[in-house]
Amino acid sequence: MTGELTDLDRRLINRLQDDLPLTSRPFATLANELGIAEDDVVDRIRHLRDEGLLTRFGPFFDAEALGGAFCLCAMAVPQESFEEVLTKVNAHPEVAHNYERDHKLNMWFVLATESRSAIRETARAIEQETGLKVLQFPKEREFFIGFRVNA
Amino acid sequence: MTLNPTDRAIIEATQAGLPLVPAPFAVLAQTLGLSEDDVLERLKRLKKLGVIRRIGAAPNHYRLGMTANGMTVWDVDDAIVDDIGQKVGALDFVTHSYQRPRALPDWPYNLFAMVHGANRDEVLAKRDQVAELLGDTCRASDILFSTRILKKTGMRLRRKEG
Repeated sequence: MTGELTDLDRRLINRLQDDLPLTSRPFATLANELGIAEDDVVDRIRHLRDEGLLTRFGPFFDAEALGGAFCLCAMAVPQESFEEVLTKVNAHPEVAHNYERDHKLNMWFVLATESRSAIRETARAIEQETGLKVLQFPKEREFFIGFRVNA
Repeated sequence: MTLNPTDRAIIEATQAGLPLVPAPFAVLAQTLGLSEDDVLERLKRLKKLGVIRRIGAAPNHYRLGMTANGMTVWDVDDAIVDDIGQKVGALDFVTHSYQRPRALPDWPYNLFAMVHGANRDEVLAKRDQVAELLGDTCRASDILFSTRILKKTGMRLRRKEG
């Protein structure tokens, strides 16, 4: 999959994981750094986005600063009832992401709600519907340096 | 946090992304009936407040060949978890790192660090680097590989009525 990327694409993807300046012509700054034309920067980013190598281009928001509440939750779901429990859990619109993981706690999802109390209510509702305990792991501290992978 | 209606309008208009044109903020401003300077000033303020973390792009790990991801979890003394967390978060292959409450007795871990790689072996090698960094300060650890995405929806700001 990465074979199709040029060196320039890689440099661009890596650079785009840092911050762009809030100026009228942000791509001109990138163009200077990469030694290519401003239009080429815009075209390449569009290409990378259209190809699905970049998910989106724009501002990244702190979801909690926008006023929502979030909580990572985990459940130990018996294998034989996994799909049934999954249907019940995913039916809640508050469930934003859900991953199966290879552990006794095998279902990990994020609840996204308007308030802390709605987190508790949703978790309780899932417990009542499934008869399984929902462990809650709210973030106490984020060690945020940057979200980056080396392309 | 005070977000006035204009700030909210800017956030809603940019949640799906910015227009990919040489002057994206001018186009955004036009859409919202604002001046470009006003939009830029407001975005700068939102960034100062921490509402906006950065302007840029997010890579798609899977399309970049990073198909394995492991949630590494660590039991670190609460007295030093802050310091340790900063160091773990600074590793370039750790994409997210959080302190979270333990759920004893089942779950003794209070430090979470997400590690991505081309395959499980690569993720495990990176996990070993974290373990080396933590040394004796870590009492127990585990790694949870994801085996299936069960749901993935974007987090969006809900439209405020009125």
